[in-house]
Amino acid sequence: MSFRERLQSWRYNLVPDHLVGEILTKRWTDNAIPFLALVATLGVFGSVIPGFFRLTSLQESTRQLGEFSMVVTGMTVVMLGGGIDLSVGSIFALSCFSAVYVFFILEQSIWLALAASLATGLVFGAINGYLVGYLRLRAFLTTLVTFIFGRALFDILVTTYAADVQLSTATSDVLDFIGDSTFWGLSVSVWLAIILAIVTHVALTRSRPGWHVLAVGGSRRSAHNAGIRVRRTVFMTYVFSGFCASIGGFLIACRLSGAGPGTGLNLEIMALTAAVVGGVSLGGGRGSVIKGLMGAIIVLTMTNGLIRLGYGTGTNQMVLGIMLAVAVTIDIRWLKNRHKVLNEVYVAPVYLKMGQTQSAVPGSGTSYELDNRLSAADHIGLGELEGPEDVIIDRDDNLYCGTRHGEIVRFFAPDYLRSEVFAHIGGFPLGLAFDKVGNLISCVGAMGLYSVSPEREVKRLSAETSRSWTSIVDDARLRDPNDCDIAPDGRIYFTDSTKRYDAHDWALDSIENRATGRLLVYDPKDGSTRTLLDGYRYTNGVCVAHDGKSLFFAESWACRVHRYWLEGPKAGTAECVIRDMPGYPDNINRASDGNYWMAWLGMRTPSFDLSLRHPDMRKRMTRRLPQDEWLFPNINTGGVVKFNEKGGIVEAMGDLTGGAHPMVTSMREHKGYLFVGGILNNRIGRYKIAGADPNWTSPASYWGAQP
Amino acid sequence: MNAIGWRNLRSLNQEGIVFAIAVVLFVAAAIGLPGFIDPNNLVAIVRSVSVLGILALGMAVVIIGRGIDLSAVAIMAMSVAWYLQLLNTGTSDGLAFAYVLAGVLAIGLLNGFLVAYADVPAIFVTLATGSFVFGYVRSQLITQDAVPVPQGHWVELLGGLRFLDIPIEVFVFAGLAFLFFLFLRYTKWGRYIYFAGDNPIAARNIGIPVRPMLVLRYVLSAFVALIAGLLTAASLHSINTRVVNSTLLYDIVLVAVIGGIGLSGGRGGVRNVLVGAALIGILLNAMTIIDIPLLYQNLIKAAILLGAIIVDGIINPRDEQTAQQGDI
Repeated sequence: MSFRERLQSWRYNLVPDHLVGEILTKRWTDNAIPFLALVATLGVFGSVIPGFFRLTSLQESTRQLGEFSMVVTGMTVVMLGGGIDLSVGSIFALSCFSAVYVFFILEQSIWLALAASLATGLVFGAINGYLVGYLRLRAFLTTLVTFIFGRALFDILVTTYAADVQLSTATSDVLDFIGDSTFWGLSVSVWLAIILAIVTHVALTRSRPGWHVLAVGGSRRSAHNAGIRVRRTVFMTYVFSGFCASIGGFLIACRLSGAGPGTGLNLEIMALTAAVVGGVSLGGGRGSVIKGLMGAIIVLTMTNGLIRLGYGTGTNQMVLGIMLAVAVTIDIRWLKNRHKVLNEVYVAPVYLKMGQTQSAVPGSGTSYELDNRLSAADHIGLGELEGPEDVIIDRDDNLYCGTRHGEIVRFFAPDYLRSEVFAHIGGFPLGLAFDKVGNLISCVGAMGLYSVSPEREVKRLSAETSRSWTSIVDDARLRDPNDCDIAPDGRIYFTDSTKRYDAHDWALDSIENRATGRLLVYDPKDGSTRTLLDGYRYTNGVCVAHDGKSLFFAESWACRVHRYWLEGPKAGTAECVIRDMPGYPDNINRASDGNYWMAWLGMRTPSFDLSLRHPDMRKRMTRRLPQDEWLFPNINTGGVVKFNEKGGIVEAMGDLTGGAHPMVTSMREHKGYLFVGGILNNRIGRYKIAGADPNWTSPASYWGAQP
Repeated sequence: MNAIGWRNLRSLNQEGIVFAIAVVLFVAAAIGLPGFIDPNNLVAIVRSVSVLGILALGMAVVIIGRGIDLSAVAIMAMSVAWYLQLLNTGTSDGLAFAYVLAGVLAIGLLNGFLVAYADVPAIFVTLATGSFVFGYVRSQLITQDAVPVPQGHWVELLGGLRFLDIPIEVFVFAGLAFLFFLFLRYTKWGRYIYFAGDNPIAARNIGIPVRPMLVLRYVLSAFVALIAGLLTAASLHSINTRVVNSTLLYDIVLVAVIGGIGLSGGRGGVRNVLVGAALIGILLNAMTIIDIPLLYQNLIKAAILLGAIIVDGIINPRDEQTAQQGDI
């Protein structure tokens, strides 16, 4: 190994680049930025302002925070639904006035004041909702105008009644309690804000109306086409916002025992800034109540902090303006470019030096030498099938295979001309196996391990294994279950090829070449799934040995076959039995003569082998070139290889014309014939094996003669 | 109203309707209100809408290009306030003006850049920059809300200029209106604004430099705001920064929207601004003569603007299938 390659292998195999991409796939990264901003804000102001965290000081600011965060919660819901509500400041002020008017001037009970306050907010919200939801006016301008309207109305009312309020002698213990007291250390407004936030959060994430709001915000058109009443949903968001603002208004009425010209001033831009700074997206669909609350704390801490630090008039506006501009810009750019960034950084290739291999070229005289025998295979289902990754034959000679359309298709013996959909799975069925009682077990790409009974009942056996502590990407989920086989005791051994890519992105996994393939076992007795082995380069075919004491599994991108011991002194350990093959191994199955068939999905090329020693080059390739121009493993030529119990190669055959079976992903021997499938093929091949046992069948080999 | 009635209403030009209303209002006020038809009052009307009209011209260009500039009033007031503050603290006139001009153009560029190149909705960008401009100038650059014009400065002299007994700002408004008319109607870039406002993607596809032109529009709007601010200071001999928190901004939008410049872009022109300004000018003047308090005037203006937006929404309804995601 040259010095350059040693450096490359250290650089790319030891530095965990792939974690960056995995972290970015997490949805909580959306929360991370506002959270860090929150911590930074609290830290800065907490250290600059003496006594910032003192209880009395906190109580006063949290009281304000309670009112403000309620308004922000309403704004968040409107924004999640794809709108915006700039009139919250006016609603807040008018509701405050309503409460003050009913309580101090009409001298009614505090509860009637509350009712008046809420009614004001609901009516105002309903007007907004009607204009924006049903008349479909532009939310921003419409609520801006209703904001001016409400503000003008409030200014008139306040100047008219200010003196009367001053002269009023009405008092109430309830009012004082709401305004000044604390309950378990927190003021009433904070308690109410917390309750409102929890209820709203639960409603948004776990109830039908909440989902409707998110659906409308996420894609108004799709929501409309899905039958959601878009207009009513939008209407309701504004009513809710009015409701939230009116509670806030009532609370400030209690706290200040009056209403003044400054009530609710600049509240709309503060609430808007809070929601956006917290990470609630403009245009809807993304965000949460929690984000809104984080934004509320940030904004209120900043504005209050600046006042307490003694900065002059206008500082608040300046800071709000900067925060709003920065947050909106980050939000827009992030939403637009997140997937681009992810595509850029997700693929993180590693260094691998493949071993020298023997030639498979016809006439080279090696045991891997390919010939043209498979081109003579008959075809079954030509043109009807798309992607029979694996094929299997039952005791009655019927032929089964999965298709790209998410079905398991059955071809009827003896001529395999008629077919039917045996079962609809939904995902792409890959590896197949029959258990003792005739259930068809299948690894379904990106879904998990499934079982289909002879009565065609589809049952999920397993979709997850245990989560490992150190993995960032969710490795409990089975992303690419590939092939399975069943041991004599009924346990199902299966492979999950990669933790980092979904089944259809297998090519990216080959380019990255990171060892994340696993061997797992499903125990039908207790329904548990365990991870047996981890860290292989695309684990693929599995086959339990004839004696049932070990199993073979293929490691595709490393061109190796391993043996995993089920019992005996080496139980639980794996050893490599075939290394440095010239082809990429896929499924492995039993042969009638005590040997094993192995499919080659493609052949190694010197160019791709070389590229594996240049991870930097592959990284640049995935970033700068269109996918069509990437260097892939060669999957235009494959073949079928027979190997013996010791790992020695017995024979190899292929289709050199490339016409019928250029790539092979599976083959199954049955009564002297070999049935050949390919994940990119449009047929199943049937090839007569010279000298094979004409009575040998796979179900009999596994489970004994017909009961 | 039946279907035929609707169609007739739609075929009617909004500009025509508003002009008719303005004429009716004018006649009614002339008959009903004492002193309205007085030449001095008429000059006062035109004078009162001059600054509003100049600001609306800048706003109109932005709106035609499918944008909006909510920072106009902040730029207008704060740039001039800073200018006067610099003069009062002894900075030389040329240097002070250079500073202010650079600041105004920088804000215009920032607006344009964020809208054009960062794809941030104009409404948020200008809301944020407006807030920032006010806050920054008020807290860092000037010391009190109102800044007076220094004795004998040219801005003060500008305020006293009369031609045919008509104040200078009326001529500035007329001249600017004519320039904007020429720009929008007869220059290549003026026509491009309509294309870009009507369909930005198509305009970009046929090779119009949509993004640089967006920046240009916001710079233009900022520059026009500076002119309006200087004229305001000239006539009042000081500038009061509290105007930023008043409803002046919405009056500007009102003039443009009432005149018939659709908020969805691509339509309207200088004539619409003139019609809108005439209506608002007459309305404000009439309300002042009737002695309606300022607070109620705001309420009435807001109601009119709301009505205008509702009518606009009914005439050009949004469609669930074609509505743009995030088009708020």
